[in-house]
Amino acid sequence: MAGWGPGVPGPEDVVSSGPWDGVWRVGGGVGGPGNPLWAVRLDPDAGHPAPRPPVVEAGADGSAPGSQGIGTSPVRPDGALKVRGEFAFSSDLWADDMLWGATLRSPHPSATIRSVDVTAALAVPGVYAVLTSADVPGDRYYGLEVADQPVLAVDEVCYRGEPVAVVAADHPETARRAAARIVVDYAVREPVTDPEVALAAGRLVRHVPIRKGDPAAAAEVVVVGEYRVGMQDQAFLGPESGLAVPAEDGGVELYVATQWLHADQRQVAAALGLPAELVRLSLAGVGGAFGAREDLSMQVHACLLALRTGRPVKMVYGREESFVGHVHRHPAVLRYEHGATRDGELVYVRARILLDGGAYTSTTPAVVANAASLGVGPYRVPNVTVDAYGVHTNNPPCGAMRGFGAVQACFGYESQMDRLAEAVGLDPVELRVRNALAEGGTMPTGQVVRGPAPVARLLELVRDRPAPPPVGAELWQLPGGMANTTAPEQVVRGVGYAVGIKNVCFSEGFDDYATARVRLELIGGEPTALVHTAAAEVGQGLVTVQAQIARTELGVERVVVATADTAVGSAGSSSASRQTYMTGGAVRAACRAVRAALITRLAGGRAGATDDGGGRVDEGGPELAGGALRDAAGRVLGTLVDLLAAGPVEETVRWRHRPTRSLDPVTGQGDAHVQYAFAAHRATVDVDPELGLVRVVEIATAQDVGRAINPQAVVGQIQGGTAQGLGLALMEELQVVDGVIRNPSFTDYLIPTVLDVPPMAVDVLELADPDAPYGLRGVGEPPTISATPAIVAAIRAATGVPLARVPVRPEHLTGTG
Amino acid sequence: MRIDCVVNGVFRRADDVWAGESLLHVLRERLGLPGAKNACEQGECGSCTVYLDGEPVCACLVPAGQARGRDVVTVEGLGDGDELHPVQRAFVAAGAVQCGFCTPGLVVAVHDLLARTPSPADGEIREALAGNLCRCTGYEKILTAVRLAAGREHES
Ligand code: FES
Ligand code: FES
Repeated sequence: MAGWGPGVPGPEDVVSSGPWDGVWRVGGGVGGPGNPLWAVRLDPDAGHPAPRPPVVEAGADGSAPGSQGIGTSPVRPDGALKVRGEFAFSSDLWADDMLWGATLRSPHPSATIRSVDVTAALAVPGVYAVLTSADVPGDRYYGLEVADQPVLAVDEVCYRGEPVAVVAADHPETARRAAARIVVDYAVREPVTDPEVALAAGRLVRHVPIRKGDPAAAAEVVVVGEYRVGMQDQAFLGPESGLAVPAEDGGVELYVATQWLHADQRQVAAALGLPAELVRLSLAGVGGAFGAREDLSMQVHACLLALRTGRPVKMVYGREESFVGHVHRHPAVLRYEHGATRDGELVYVRARILLDGGAYTSTTPAVVANAASLGVGPYRVPNVTVDAYGVHTNNPPCGAMRGFGAVQACFGYESQMDRLAEAVGLDPVELRVRNALAEGGTMPTGQVVRGPAPVARLLELVRDRPAPPPVGAELWQLPGGMANTTAPEQVVRGVGYAVGIKNVCFSEGFDDYATARVRLELIGGEPTALVHTAAAEVGQGLVTVQAQIARTELGVERVVVATADTAVGSAGSSSASRQTYMTGGAVRAACRAVRAALITRLAGGRAGATDDGGGRVDEGGPELAGGALRDAAGRVLGTLVDLLAAGPVEETVRWRHRPTRSLDPVTGQGDAHVQYAFAAHRATVDVDPELGLVRVVEIATAQDVGRAINPQAVVGQIQGGTAQGLGLALMEELQVVDGVIRNPSFTDYLIPTVLDVPPMAVDVLELADPDAPYGLRGVGEPPTISATPAIVAAIRAATGVPLARVPVRPEHLTGTG
Repeated sequence: MRIDCVVNGVFRRADDVWAGESLLHVLRERLGLPGAKNACEQGECGSCTVYLDGEPVCACLVPAGQARGRDVVTVEGLGDGDELHPVQRAFVAAGAVQCGFCTPGLVVAVHDLLARTPSPADGEIREALAGNLCRCTGYEKILTAVRLAAGREHES
C-alpha cells in the first residue's frame, strides 16, 4: 500500500499532493489504467483476506502491531464472504420446515373497510394461516415516534399499499395467490393528496417556527423563489426480508435487516403483546438502508405468522412491493425570500417549507425540525423567519432518507444563493464565502457552533480543483450516451457549486445513547477482544470501525465483533450519520473501562464493574499498547498475557453524547443539535439543449470528517452519497398520481448506473471536533445534501434555464413540459 | 417438475419445482446457493447474474425448466476452493464492497468482461456494467476494482 508520511492520515488510495496541507485527496477528475494516479492506488496483495466466519476480525497476515487501528483501512471482515456470495443477507435465510409469508395490500389510497373475508384464502391447499388486524394480540398500531400506523389495516386504509392481511403458505407463490383470494369490501373515499389542501384542512403533523432577529428587516437586494423536491426512494438493493422462528418459551427469534434492532424489538413486542425479552432480534445481512429500514416493514407480520403456525416464516418483498413497503423522502415545496446588501451580505432569510408526510407520522417531526433549523444553510444570517410544516395526506408515508429535511432545504437555499449572486453581480462561490458560517458562529436557533466549521474552505477546495477535461469524444461521455443522439458540437457545459449542513446524531433533547460490551481474554494464549453491540452494519463499514477502535484502545491485534442482536443494550439507529460517533464512542468507552479494570487488577485490587467507564482514565494513566499496560514512557507495567491469566475482563458501557435541548415551540430557539457536518460540491455538466439531456462530467466533493477513522470507508460514503444526490438531481422520483405510485420498478424508477455517475474527486479535511470521539464528524449524509443543488446550478449555468424543481426532466430544459 | 443440471461443476437435482419458478429461485431456495441475489426479480438490476452454458444471464429471467441439462456457474463457483478469484480479490481490496448486495452479480459480470476483454478501457467497463445497479458505492471503487483485476490478469 502507499506509504504515509508521519502524521498524514489517509487511505491507501489517497494521492498525496506534496507538502501536507491538511487535506487528503482522492481522484483527479480523470482516471484510467494508464493514469499514474491509479497506478499508485492499490496493491492488491496487501488486501487479500483469508476466508473467515463473519464475526471474526483479526489482524491481517504479517501486519505490524497497531497497523489496523483507527485511521487505517483494514480489509472489511465481511468482504470475502460478500464477494463469494456466502454472506447471509436477510433474504438468504432458510430454516427446516419453513413457511413463506405474503401480504395483501390496499389498492386504494383511502377507503373504509366494510368487511374482510378470508375463507377462500384459507381454503387454498398449502395455506397455514391468514391473519388480519383482529389477530393482532397486542397493540394494533406502531410507529417510531407516534404509534399511529396499523400493523394490519383497522377499519380503514390511508394509503395505497397499506397492509391489510398476511398469509403463510408452503410456497411463496401459493401465499401470494391465497392473498389475492381474500375478499375485502372497501368503501372508497376521496383521497387527500395535495399537501396544501391537507394543511388547510388541519392535517398538520408538526409546525416548527424559527424566529431570529428582526422579522421586518429590509434589504437593498431581494430575491424570491419557490422550489420543489420530488419524492425520492432509498432504493436499497436488498429487499425487505427476514425470518421469524417461534421459540419454545413462547417467544420468537427474528432475523432481519434493520437499522435499529431495539426500536424494532420494542414495536414488535408491543404488537405481539409479549415482553421484550421474548422477542429476540438478530441482525441478518443488510442490503443497504439509507433510512428505509428505520420503520417496520415485515417484522411484526412474520412474527405473527410464526407464532400462529408454530413454524419458521420467511418473508421477502419483491421490488414492486418494496416501493410501497418502506417510507420515502418527503416531497417538498419551499418558498424563500433572501434579502442582502448590495455587496452580497445576507440581511435576512424568510422561508416557508411544506413537507408531505404521507399517511402516517413516521419520522416526519424530525424531518420538519431539520428542514427548519437547517433551513438557511451554513450561513451567517442576522434575521431569520422560517416556518416548516409536515402534513398528513393519503400519499405513501414518508420518513427517513439520507440527509432528511436538510436535503430539501439545501436545494431551496442554494438555489437562492445562486440567484442572489447573480443579482449582486458576484461569483457564486465568492457570495457563499462572504456569508459562510464559521466556528463560533450562531445558527438561526441561537445555537453557537462549537468546533471547526470550515464552510468557506470547503468551497474554496472544490473551486480550486483543476477543471475536468473538455467535452468527451466517446459516446458514453456525451449527454445522449450510447444512444448516439448527441453531436458533440451542440453540447453546452456548465459548472455549479453548493454547500450544505447536516446535524449529526439525534437532536432536540432525545436521550441518545449507544451500548457496547467489550471483553478481553486469552484465546489460544493470545489476548483477544470481543466486541458486542446492537449497532446495525448496513454496508457502511461499522463492523470494521468497531474492531479498529478496539485495536487502538486495547493494543491487541485480534478482535472479534459479535453479530449485532438484542442480547446487548441498544445502540440506537444507524441513521443521522451517528453510528461511528455513538457506537464508536461506546466501544471506546467500554475499552477504557476494560483498561481501568486491568489497572485495578495490576494494583492487586478487584476489577469493578462500571456503567460509565468512558474516559475515567483518559489522562496520564497507563496505556494499553502492544499487548501490555505501559506507563507514559512506554515501559511495560504488565503484559496482557499475565494480567488476563486470572480470567477475562468484561465491561459494558452505555455511552451518551452531550445533551441537547428542545426547540422553543414559538421562537425555535434552543441548542437542539449535537454536531454539525459540512460538505461542498462542484459539479460540471454537459447538456444537449435540443433533447434536454444532461451528462454530469465530474463532481468534486470537499468534506470535513473531523477524523477519518477508516479513510477507505469515508471515501466510499462520500462517493455513494454523492451519487444519490445526483439521482435526485436528474432522475429519481416516485411519480405519485392520485395517491398511486406509477413507477414502482427499476425500469421506471431510475437510479444512477455506472454510465450516469462521473468520476468523483474527493478532498477530505480532518479538523477535529473537540466534543466528539477522536474528533470525528458524521460522514454519511452531507455528501447527499449539496450534490443535488450543485448539479442543478451547473445545468442552469450551461443553459440559462431557471430550474426550480428536482429531479430535472428533459422537458424542463427543452421548454416542452 | 424435476430439474437436473450441472451447477459449479457438480450434478444437481431439484424435485417438485413449480413450473413458474425461475432459475434464480431454484438456485437460492432449492439448491442452497443464495449467492445470486434477488434485488428486483424482473431483469432490471443484474444482481442475479450467473453463467448459463458460459453466457452471463439474469437468473431471475430464466424459467427454471430452461436450465435442464445445462451448465450453470454462480458466484459461489468462481473461486478456487478457499482461494478468491482475482476479480473477487480486487473487489475487496478496492473497497468496492459496501452492503455487498450488488457484488455477486457484478463479480460475475466483471469475470465475463475480463474473459472477453482482458484490458478494457473505461468506456468498455462502463458499458459492460451498465446493467448492474449498485446503490451504495457510486461505482467509483467498482471501476477501481475492475482496473485492478484487469492489471493483475494482464500480468499473469
Ligand atoms: S434480480 Fe435479476 S435482474 Fe434484478
Ligand atoms: S454495495 Fe450495496 S448495492 Fe452495491
